[in-house]
Amino acid sequence: MAYLEDQRETVYKVDPAHPETKDLPILRTEELLLNMGPQHPATHGVLKVILDLEGERITKSTVVMGFLHRGVEKLAEHGTYHQFIPHTDRLDYVCAMYNNFAYCRAVEKLMNVTVPERAEYLRTIVAEVQRIIGHLFWLGTQALDIGAMTVFFYTFRDREILLDWFDELCGARLTTSWYRIGGVERDFTASLETKIRDFLAYFPPKIDEYVVFLEKNRIWLARTVGVAVISAEDALGYGLSGPTLRGSGVDYDLRKYESYGAYPKCEFSVPVGKNGDTYDRYWIRIEEMRESIKIIRQCMDQMPKEGPVMAEVPSVTLPPKNRVFTNLESMIQQFKLFSQGFDAPPGEIYCGTEAHKGELGFYIVSTGAGNPYRLKIRSPSFIHMGAFDFMAKGYMIADAVTIFGSYDIVMGECDR
Amino acid sequence: MHPLAETIQARFPDGFLTAQEWRGDLAVTVKREALHAIGRFLKDDPSMDCDYIVHVSSVDWPDEEERFEVVYEVYSIRHRHRIRVKTRVPEHDCFVDSLTDIWPGAEFMEREVFDMMGIRFNNHPDLRRILMPDDFPEGYPLRKDFPLQGKGWRDTFDFLNEGTAS
Repeated sequence: MAYLEDQRETVYKVDPAHPETKDLPILRTEELLLNMGPQHPATHGVLKVILDLEGERITKSTVVMGFLHRGVEKLAEHGTYHQFIPHTDRLDYVCAMYNNFAYCRAVEKLMNVTVPERAEYLRTIVAEVQRIIGHLFWLGTQALDIGAMTVFFYTFRDREILLDWFDELCGARLTTSWYRIGGVERDFTASLETKIRDFLAYFPPKIDEYVVFLEKNRIWLARTVGVAVISAEDALGYGLSGPTLRGSGVDYDLRKYESYGAYPKCEFSVPVGKNGDTYDRYWIRIEEMRESIKIIRQCMDQMPKEGPVMAEVPSVTLPPKNRVFTNLESMIQQFKLFSQGFDAPPGEIYCGTEAHKGELGFYIVSTGAGNPYRLKIRSPSFIHMGAFDFMAKGYMIADAVTIFGSYDIVMGECDR
Repeated sequence: MHPLAETIQARFPDGFLTAQEWRGDLAVTVKREALHAIGRFLKDDPSMDCDYIVHVSSVDWPDEEERFEVVYEVYSIRHRHRIRVKTRVPEHDCFVDSLTDIWPGAEFMEREVFDMMGIRFNNHPDLRRILMPDDFPEGYPLRKDFPLQGKGWRDTFDFLNEGTAS
């Protein structure tokens, strides 16, 4: 009780110049340093943020990361190009397919390999499925972070359907390694094509279902509209990409700007926000899921029914598995590619791919050997965290979670 | 030569060294004294207008006199062109001017280059390690003379032997 009275004595601070209150005790104010993380359920992994607070407002934030650093770039220098594909699964472990895609595209650019048409369609379909999975995962966790728990169960229900396909496609739900340099590991099964068609009919009404939970929810609106606004100019200067950049009104989407895969043959639009706030970034992801459905449907219709799924460049690409088991030359080819790799021409390339988080790029320097001389991963999560201090300034503590949630960070990719 | 490289050469005849074009990527090598001025030119000149910073990277060439290469890659949203600007620094004088004042996103990317390769950036607002721990004693992990398994620091922690019968 005495403690409480002490508190009461010091807390009420009034204008010292005012005649009635000038004799009251002066309130002690000081900046508070709040340590958030690394073990915090809303940091999407292990991320630590040190917040300088004035009351409940953030005046400065220092991001401490690297808790999940595994030296992937160093490992890449010590393996062949093919051996690095499973490492890319572990970058953004929520969406492994797109990492595989980005990496394989970079190596194909380095080796000048053209992918067969059917493989391009398969890659695009799976990449878009992965984009839907990524956005569903983001939507569920972001809503959970903000306090809307129900959405999480709905999005994870649908994500589970898609992960089961991946299981059928390549035997793994998360660490897929399905893409190969020059194509894909195996073709769709017949039942998978039927399941995809079923999903295309099933999914669009479900998107409206999530929207109902959120877009008329006053708490959701209060927590997202006008929070963490960033202008287009600042967003570009900070190197933001993906929905985080498009929320600020820049239509930078590598699927349109430097089109690849089967995207040039599909009609789709790139949703662009106006205000650059968290709500716009949410809205873009919802719209992107609808666009992904359109892309998948077009790809399913246009895709050639038959055809190879792997380029025939024996010095670079792997032989089909059934030939490895029956044909001596193919077995030697497979063995040589995995034990020694292929010699890439000397040179350097950068190849960016529009993953669902943003621009995932690989910068590869080759000196003509069987392994990359230097491989740099331009991971969107890492670069987005660079803008965190700028975007969090002036907002409340509770908004910190919303802000880095709205980048869709995954620490595996951030720390590499 | 690529027209963009020609423009840079015409504007900075002293700072410009070479330009390569390979697989559709344009890379311009410049002197490090001119790097900041060229960065400013790339950002502000209307014909360049490179407002989007893609990545900052570094390469180690231990056998060469100027050992490290710092790589900046920028993109113009309006003109849709991509330029890679590279510069070389020797090991004994490992300093480059920071481009954080031009593209604020360079802050984290340059910190990563410092952390991994040990290249220092002049006028950088907060040049600390970013991925490795602050007290990491083994130097810079992405240098070519750094062994893949580290130099032994990771085996020195006390908790590694906890619970095992001695």
